Amino acid sequence: MTTERSTAGQTRATRSLMGALAFSLLSATGLSGAAAQEDTIKVGVLHSLSGTMAISETTLKDTVLYLIDEQNKKGGVLGKKLEAVVVDPASDWPLFAEKARELIEKEKVSVVFGCWTSVSRKSVLPVFKELNSILFYPVQYEGEESERNVFYTGAAPNQQAIPAVDYLAAEEGVERWVLAGTDYVYPRTTNKILEAYLLAKGVAPEDIMINYTPFGHSDWQTIVADIKKFGSAGKKTAVVSTINGDANVPFYKELGNQGIKAEDIPVVAFSVGEEELAGLDTAPLVGHLAAWNYFQSVDAEVNATFIEGWQAYTKNDKRVTNDPMEAHYIGFNMWVKAVEAAGSVEPDMVIDSLIGVSVPNLSGGYSAMMPNHHITKPVLIGEIQADGQFEIVSQTAGLVVGDEWSDYLEGSKDLIADWRKPLSCGNFNVVTGKCGG
Amino acid sequence: MRALTVLVTALWLMLSAALAPTAAAATAIADPDLSRLVNQLAEGGFDEVEAAIGALVATGDDRVSSILDKLGSGDLFVRKADRVVVLTEAAGRELKLTDPVTGADLGMVPKAAVEKIRVNNRLRRTVAAAIGTLTLRSDDPAVRRSAAEAVMKSKDASAIPALDAAIAAEPDEGVKGVMIAARATAVMASDLPEADKLAAVETIGDLGTRDALAMLTSYTGLEGPVGEAARKAATSIESGLLLWDAAQNISYGISLGSVLLLAAIGLAITFGVMGVINMAHGEMVMIGAYTTFVVQEIIRTSAPGLFDYSLLIALPLAFLVSGGIGVLIERSVIRWLYGRPLETLLATWGVSLILQQAVRTIFGAQNREVGNPSWMSGSFMVGELSITWSRLWIIVFSLVVFAGLMLVLKRTTFGLQTRAVTQNRSMASAMGIRTPWVDAFTFGLGSGIAGIAGVALSQIGNVSPNLGQGYIIDSFMVVVFGGVGNLWGTLVGAMTLGIANKLMEPYAGAVLGKILLLVFIILFIQKRPRGLFALKGRAIEA
Repeated sequence: MTTERSTAGQTRATRSLMGALAFSLLSATGLSGAAAQEDTIKVGVLHSLSGTMAISETTLKDTVLYLIDEQNKKGGVLGKKLEAVVVDPASDWPLFAEKARELIEKEKVSVVFGCWTSVSRKSVLPVFKELNSILFYPVQYEGEESERNVFYTGAAPNQQAIPAVDYLAAEEGVERWVLAGTDYVYPRTTNKILEAYLLAKGVAPEDIMINYTPFGHSDWQTIVADIKKFGSAGKKTAVVSTINGDANVPFYKELGNQGIKAEDIPVVAFSVGEEELAGLDTAPLVGHLAAWNYFQSVDAEVNATFIEGWQAYTKNDKRVTNDPMEAHYIGFNMWVKAVEAAGSVEPDMVIDSLIGVSVPNLSGGYSAMMPNHHITKPVLIGEIQADGQFEIVSQTAGLVVGDEWSDYLEGSKDLIADWRKPLSCGNFNVVTGKCGG
Repeated sequence: MRALTVLVTALWLMLSAALAPTAAAATAIADPDLSRLVNQLAEGGFDEVEAAIGALVATGDDRVSSILDKLGSGDLFVRKADRVVVLTEAAGRELKLTDPVTGADLGMVPKAAVEKIRVNNRLRRTVAAAIGTLTLRSDDPAVRRSAAEAVMKSKDASAIPALDAAIAAEPDEGVKGVMIAARATAVMASDLPEADKLAAVETIGDLGTRDALAMLTSYTGLEGPVGEAARKAATSIESGLLLWDAAQNISYGISLGSVLLLAAIGLAITFGVMGVINMAHGEMVMIGAYTTFVVQEIIRTSAPGLFDYSLLIALPLAFLVSGGIGVLIERSVIRWLYGRPLETLLATWGVSLILQQAVRTIFGAQNREVGNPSWMSGSFMVGELSITWSRLWIIVFSLVVFAGLMLVLKRTTFGLQTRAVTQNRSMASAMGIRTPWVDAFTFGLGSGIAGIAGVALSQIGNVSPNLGQGYIIDSFMVVVFGGVGNLWGTLVGAMTLGIANKLMEPYAGAVLGKILLLVFIILFIQKRPRGLFALKGRAIEA
């Protein structure tokens, strides 16, 4: 809504540049006043629209706006229209907390959809706890967390990383593993879990190579050569990549240039989706894999409808869809359903009524919100195709429940989260019978 | 299931080798029977498809290899109505179907009537190995070579008879060598007597390549003479590769150095020569990369034949666009701020944010695809040294840019004026040089050079609004290390940092390597505050 109003304002005053500038300034300042009128429910969107993370998060902002648009066409929620309040935390972690406070305190939003990186989520956590609001977090993450005010609609490690490793071991006979990641909390924790898992499965420690690179790493020659060398020990080798964002394109280009084919050393990635591949010539990458809970190529009627609506909304018939978008789709519909069940947008009531809510996901099934604030999802493994899409080569038989506290890490395997009363605890230790608080 | 496949393949190979070593059975099997087998490719999961491939290979029919080739490349479809396997060809909004066996026209159908037969990496490997054994006797030496290489990878003992027959008939010495190596790997995987295996170890050991090492490593754990021979051969290959490894690291270093040089050389002018702390330098590189993207988009839509020349067309354009923006920035912002480094730093940082967001608004926040022309794709081997074409071209390009810039600064009037203004502004002004315009054009030159660096860097990295930020720190590092105001310093600095970084990376890892490098530069700057090549002159002393 915000954007529509200011563009309308600009078209009206196109006579002179100065006039347009003045008008949009006026309309921007006038907005908060105009928005104060009652009978709308405000939905906060907290995604970076500038800075390094804009590359991934801008799409999610558009997704929420699209979902709100669709919901308003259906008559809104509780008889009221939804209104989006979009802020730009600019990939700046402390600014995330400030903007979250602004959304909740000043704009009085009922729910917030936002964040991408774990550090941004950690930065807004205290704000959501203090002001008791609701955050839907749509990105796959490292787990080891469950908060009352946060609903995690992305994958926990057991919904992405572990099934991917199982697939490679069973289908491709992989015995030697390279765990390559960007140096921050998500890859480090995921790799710790994977390492523990592989060791528990009987993989020898010398058959695991762990490698970290800085954010935005662009010179992959040495590392790709190392992987090649590591892979030439006579055992089938695969790379499990938690390389994030910008660093992926040069990594895949180097793989292609050094002639590492998927048939020789497959790379399975957890952060590479349709959006990331849009910046790449994928012909040399055919066969490399990704593990997600959704691919645009999923053959389901609900998915076809979603893609059609999304491309019509963005007026771009080449616009791709990806997994975090599906997470927002699920989270948004869960929130709508929970609000309607509770008959109110009061956070405490919505938080309680969200647990157990089940809505259709985009792969033709249903996803349910579990008591640990994580959701059930199918796990899909896809191979990259020459057209930049994924072909699904494996799908879990049933739905996988997100496991917030990994069973493979010392210190977290005894913990569970259950936000139903009377337990209401995010880190209950089943051995000692105490809630960590 | 896999064992069955291998068995079937083995049986056929033995039969064909024994009975008809020269018979190239054109149609060894009647069409309906072959069609029935081909249709099996669309049934069941990956295991069933793998068995179906084995059954097809067992027919020994000539048409099998082309059908399997289509399967491997994902061009084989199945008609949903009757589960018949077909080839498709796009014809308008519909698909034209043909029979893969007879080549008969099966009419037109809408796209939804067929579905692709899914293959995964395992099936692609199986297909490659199967085609390998089938095409060992092809007429084309290149096909025979790749067939032998595919068989070598598959390490399939059942391929020995076919290989023996192929080796005996092979006229080309090079291809024969590959076949002999392939036979050796097959022997290692078989249960032939020890003497054969020892000979095989020797054959593989003589190759001396990394692939050979990989094959031997699988057997170094064995007991007895074979294991011992494998260990010995592996050690000797390893020691031979040691030197190549060092050379490879240095080649990586030179390549990284050339990237650093490209990124920094424009800054060496704006910062080094003019003394402007230009935080928007990275954005000039980014604008160059986006210019390449726009050029490629236009070529893609209007003149696809020119794609291989897209970079050459983009180079002058990127120079003009980035240079033009550079002149604009100098005239509108920087010229008011000469001699006030802190304010310049802040103002140019602001300009960099504005440029980033402008590009984000125009092109979107997502990465843009800039394709590699064919002459910049792939790699080649020099001994055991693997060199990628794109990197090689970037090294050459960076040196050409460097030489060109030297020429401009040392041999042209404009260069003379620039140097005069840098060394003593008031004196130059008194001699009639219009110093404000020299400033503007020097800044434009630096920015333009950054723009053409962007064209090159678009080939190895992302093209996104954040592209420039990744290079700005490195660029400053190179210029400061090399010595402010000296282009030779920039060249030596970039190469030193590149090679040092790459020599350190294998031992310290990418993260620690970078930290160590920064620590080294801090210490170096303590000792030599003006960098490697300190410029002597009145302006600097002042």
